[in-house]
Amino acid sequence: MILKKYSTSITICLALALFFTIVQLGISGGLISGYWVTNLYLMGINIILAASLNLINGFTGEFSLGHAGFMAVGAFTGGIVTANLGLPFPLAVAAGMLAAAIAGVIVGLPTLRLRGDYLAIATLGFGEIVRVVLMNIDYVGGASGLMGIPEVVSWPVIFISVVLSLLLIRNFICSSHGRACLAVRENDVAAQMMGVNITYYKVLAFVIGAALAGLAGVLYAHYYSIIQPKEFSFMLTFDVLVMVMVGGLGSLTGSVVGAVLLTIASAFLQAIPELRMVLYAVLLIAAAVFRPQGLFGEKEVTLQTFKRWGGVFSGLAGHKQAD
Amino acid sequence: MALLDINKLTKNFGGLVALNNFDLHLEQGALVGLIGPNGAGKTTVFNLLSGFYQPSGGEIIFDGKNLKGKHPHQITKMGMARTFQNIRLFGNLSVLDNVKIAYQSVVNYGLLPAFLRIPPFSRREEQIEKAALNFLEIFDLRKYAGEKARNLPYGEQRRLEITRALATNPRLLLLDEPAAGMNPQETHELLSLVRRIRDEFKLTIILIEHDMSLVMGLCERVLVLDYGSLIAEGSPKEIQQNPRVIEAYLGDEEVAVWEE
Ligand SMILES: Nc1ncnc2c1ncn2[C@@H]1O[C@H](COP(=O)(O)OP(=O)(O)OP(=O)(O)O)[C@@H](O)[C@H]1O
Ligand SMILES: [Mg+2]
Repeated sequence: MILKKYSTSITICLALALFFTIVQLGISGGLISGYWVTNLYLMGINIILAASLNLINGFTGEFSLGHAGFMAVGAFTGGIVTANLGLPFPLAVAAGMLAAAIAGVIVGLPTLRLRGDYLAIATLGFGEIVRVVLMNIDYVGGASGLMGIPEVVSWPVIFISVVLSLLLIRNFICSSHGRACLAVRENDVAAQMMGVNITYYKVLAFVIGAALAGLAGVLYAHYYSIIQPKEFSFMLTFDVLVMVMVGGLGSLTGSVVGAVLLTIASAFLQAIPELRMVLYAVLLIAAAVFRPQGLFGEKEVTLQTFKRWGGVFSGLAGHKQAD
Repeated sequence: MALLDINKLTKNFGGLVALNNFDLHLEQGALVGLIGPNGAGKTTVFNLLSGFYQPSGGEIIFDGKNLKGKHPHQITKMGMARTFQNIRLFGNLSVLDNVKIAYQSVVNYGLLPAFLRIPPFSRREEQIEKAALNFLEIFDLRKYAGEKARNLPYGEQRRLEITRALATNPRLLLLDEPAAGMNPQETHELLSLVRRIRDEFKLTIILIEHDMSLVMGLCERVLVLDYGSLIAEGSPKEIQQNPRVIEAYLGDEEVAVWEE
């Protein structure tokens, strides 16, 4: 009975462990080239960025353009902790996420009370301010950037970070607090009348999203070892936004797929960066015209989905699912 | 002690006086109707009560507490619930989730249990689910539990909105034109539904309605607003014969309904 109750979790854990091991063997055995290892790590970082932006823009229905800014705050805070202060990496993760979360409160609290597009404008401004300020602080290397950050990010670190981030977001969304966020997105007036403190939940989702963007920044900094403020420009936010939109606002599965697809696409187009921007623009327009809800809409792919497909394929679909 | 005490409540929008020195005292268990021509200020009364508008003057004492400065979600937790003139469901969420969201102002848990799925997460979630399903059962919506709210037929959407309001466990329920857009059959069902919830849930209800047969069949007391002022108050019979009320409705399309 207990086995049955937890069978889904066990299956997922086994699948994840298998995936982790195969990739790890591929990396240690030299089957995956250095170029694709880099892109694999970027994929992980992009998944965290896309999923956390989706929490704000897709699940809570706000419109933030500040992800590059929060990522920069995380990256530089983390970098300071390890490179400048010589403290261990886990502390950098904690400090980076905390700093990004605090930045989230500072930006979110005043703007999320207001209606409309204030958040988009404020977060856009925030991203630019962070970048310009960082360029002018000598302590973090100014425009030439922060150097000598220990390269501690490896496949296990990326893998665990991605899995935990997704699990955290998923648990949040599938809780009463996540339902409150969905209610805010669906109808904020009715949500208030159901006892939902909408400012609290808007800020909460925003801060969780910011903290995870901070985590992505810490990982990024501790993979590349050198970070420059100019890397965290609006284009980065735009990239993440495209991943979220292509995958589907309000679908975690969509964010994962969107991040993977677009990371692979830009890896192939690395040599011709102009083409990459064209591709992104075309993708956005195509999504808007043909599939405004993104690849996945608000749907999630779960084990149930696979079981359903399995049933269809093996002709055992006699018992229809009620949905 | 009265459940609700409204004293000299006033609301101005720029130069427009939407509500003028409005008084209302409600005992526990009362069911009153609030009528008046379009733009008379009925919905404004609800918006003031539920905290969406702040009064320009006067005060609202609900359950012994002054509502001044209170936010809508705080007022909900104090025991007031309402429905909206234009249905406001969480359209893309399931019917079950619509009710669950309401019920969490009654039963909830902290953030840490939510993130880590540690107690009391599972127990409370089960509790919320059971209660929500139970509400759906009572109001005959159980069969739609997994359906998106926006896919429900119109009459059922109205019913879901009322169900959801009741799930917040209110003592005072404000219904803003619940029969708007319903056919006579649906209106009739609504009539018995409102009676039933008043009796079963021991609620105090204020009902805004254009459908006169509904108001007359349901309410013990009726208040009439016109241009923001209370022009009459009394039993349905008295109201029907009051010359000022007839005058206020004269030339209005409502007269047709009135004479039915
Ligand atoms: N937020 C607002 N800003 C400006 N004017 C408003 C606002 N809300 C209501 N009013 C005005 O106040 C007056 C009363 O509106 P209210 O919605 O209370 O009328 P009502 O009695 O509910 O009418 P109906 O039967 O049409 O629903 C109207 O003239 C309306 O235009
Ligand atoms: Mg109205």
